[in-house]
Amino acid sequence: MRFLSGNEAIARGAYEAGVKLAAAYPGTPSTEILEALATYDGIHAQWSPNEKVALDVAFGAALGGVRAMAAMKHVGLNVAADSLFTISYTGSTAGLVVISADDPAMHSSQNEQDNRHYARAAKVPMLEPADSQEAKDFVLEAFRISEEFDTPVLLRTTTRISHGKSVVRLGKPVSAAPRHFERDTRKYVMIPGHARPRHVVVEERLERLREFSNRSPLNRVEMGDPSIGIIAAGVAYQYARDARPDAWLLRLGMSYPLPDELIRDFASRVKRLYVIEELDPFLETEIAAMGIKVRGKPPAMQLGELDAGAVAAALGGRSPRTQPVADLPGRPPVLCPGCPHSGVFHVLRKLKAVVAGDIGCYTLSVLPPLECMDTCVCMGASVGHASGLERAFAVAGDERPVVAALGDSTFVHAGITPLIDVVYNQGCTTVIILDNRTTAMTGRQNHPATGRTARGEETHELDLEALCRACGVDDVAVADPYDLGALEQTLKRAISARHPSVVITRRECVLLTRGARRIPARVIEDACVACGLCLSLGCPALGGTPTGPKGRLKPVVAVELCAGCGLCAQICRHEAIVMERI
Amino acid sequence: MSSATTSIMMAGVGGQGIILASEVLCHALMHAGLDVKKSEVHGMAQRGGSVRTDVRFGDKIYAPLISAGAADILVAFEQLEALRYLHFLRPDGLVLVSAECIAPLTVLTGPHPYPESIPDRVAESGAAVQLVDAPAIAERAGNVRTAGIALMGALSNHIAVPAAAWRKAILSLVPERFRDVNLDAFRRGRRAKPRGLNAP
Repeated sequence: MRFLSGNEAIARGAYEAGVKLAAAYPGTPSTEILEALATYDGIHAQWSPNEKVALDVAFGAALGGVRAMAAMKHVGLNVAADSLFTISYTGSTAGLVVISADDPAMHSSQNEQDNRHYARAAKVPMLEPADSQEAKDFVLEAFRISEEFDTPVLLRTTTRISHGKSVVRLGKPVSAAPRHFERDTRKYVMIPGHARPRHVVVEERLERLREFSNRSPLNRVEMGDPSIGIIAAGVAYQYARDARPDAWLLRLGMSYPLPDELIRDFASRVKRLYVIEELDPFLETEIAAMGIKVRGKPPAMQLGELDAGAVAAALGGRSPRTQPVADLPGRPPVLCPGCPHSGVFHVLRKLKAVVAGDIGCYTLSVLPPLECMDTCVCMGASVGHASGLERAFAVAGDERPVVAALGDSTFVHAGITPLIDVVYNQGCTTVIILDNRTTAMTGRQNHPATGRTARGEETHELDLEALCRACGVDDVAVADPYDLGALEQTLKRAISARHPSVVITRRECVLLTRGARRIPARVIEDACVACGLCLSLGCPALGGTPTGPKGRLKPVVAVELCAGCGLCAQICRHEAIVMERI
Repeated sequence: MSSATTSIMMAGVGGQGIILASEVLCHALMHAGLDVKKSEVHGMAQRGGSVRTDVRFGDKIYAPLISAGAADILVAFEQLEALRYLHFLRPDGLVLVSAECIAPLTVLTGPHPYPESIPDRVAESGAAVQLVDAPAIAERAGNVRTAGIALMGALSNHIAVPAAAWRKAILSLVPERFRDVNLDAFRRGRRAKPRGLNAP
């Protein structure tokens, strides 16, 4: 018996299923799947530069004859979708499972998409576990389905499954001998003439999968009071069970294709039929399209996460709903004390730059007090945004400087191609690569530019400067984000240049260098005029107390938090903050 | 606890060791032979943001999340977070609140004052409140970073789990060189006399 998160359980399931290769790009809530897989011997677990690459590598391995897995968060599947839709046509030699970890309520995401739609759109089966035990067991089942039906299988989790923990009974690893790859161009080379007959195969396969769904124990009826019947999948099943322990329940472990006969039979046995599901009315639409009268949830429940109280209310019951205490000071996420990104955004605000932002810790610079980011859509989009903004400003006669700002991991993920676009189309965009030597936001994972693998082993280190030059950017500068004066000069020059430029601001993430001896900042009381400039840095180690003239805020250093970066001392115009021992 | 399922919410600030403390609780419950589910949210900032962990246990657990008004016990690692998550407590529930206060950035940079007399405000809601000086207990144990485990010691007086299960949980989850100090913090937390507001 082990107490595992859904992600750890998926990794265990992959191990028990005899997976030989797994590839991923980190993304909350999916990250820990690969982190856990990297601890098993006998599995090649790798961070790929992005999700499409991860899926292509996993597909290649499955084609080559070993069971393989690719793991990503919901928006990662958008990146990998191009490959997925055609892998659906080809199938593979050995099993291939793709994990999509959705994030209802957007705890750490830029949108709230429901990836069940991908199963329908790509015409592949989807399994949805409802706790960690099922997360492990369903991985094994997903590989069996993948091999029996010659199809990639989507396994969808949501945040509460990925990051929820429950008791798991472990199993013994199955022996999965490598299969032999047979050359079969009509199956694996998707020119139109080969793809057309494969589409017919895919449609036939879906019908066989629907039959399978009707008889699979993944979908099961739990009998109870027939006056109310509930259909639910994933974590929604758990909320429904909690809210109505008495009801008849059709628990769907396979959410695509749906077990049509099972649903018809279930619907005929209960008086009122409800569907309980998180996010989009996916099951509701499918079941209604079968001509069955079904009650879905109120439209408001398409937003955010469910819980048992909300489900009880949707089923017509009552639940105790209490109100939060009003007017509490918020505790928004913050950049860490000593974060090398803070200084960059401080300078960009000073330069009044329009900042096309991206996905990473630095996205937090949009919040007070830094408030220095103007766009954030998806991985790598900042470079294209800046390029477009710049051309529009040229037309509109807008003189504001424009920059793109993205992290090192994000740049490798999806920032290279738009940089090539800038050069090719003769733009003069400035791209700032905030290089903190890690994928910080998801918990410090390695990537090609760190020179370390998923297991922390040394590997070739991608040379970002040489790469940018190879893209055609001649103006590549490296700046120290802890040296604000030099950084400002470098940025000013790059922004004013009439050619493409890249400024790499390079300092290790403070969480990588914890434990290093540091001299904390010290405030010289008499010199401080309480101007508040240092507080605008947004450093959590710098608090304000209303002890200045007219009650204005004077800084106080939380010595145990201070990373000794010296940014506040550089910002102060009155030499009232020093970085020296008392 | 009268019902078959008990729900405990833990709230605090990123970096306080909430995840480890809740993990110790869950393993102790599992070692005691109970079904346990835990849900936590991470991502976004690595440090300093509001953190919440839901733990539910009993004979058979379904939902991993605690609904508003449904928690039996709220363990607040930080005072302001006790107020923030108070509406998850059932009306006659128990709040264990650490004496620790950590000002969020919205307070540090000026615009909002940190609320005063938080334990009294929590007690005014009708909840039973026990104020545990976890940082002081942890310091006496020899490491201020064991405050979360000291809180688990205080919590252990309110749930029926044998001491051996707690011990086994701590031993299996804490790195070897920190075991003794954590076991000591747990014992001290268990023995400490918390300041009570409203008798539980």
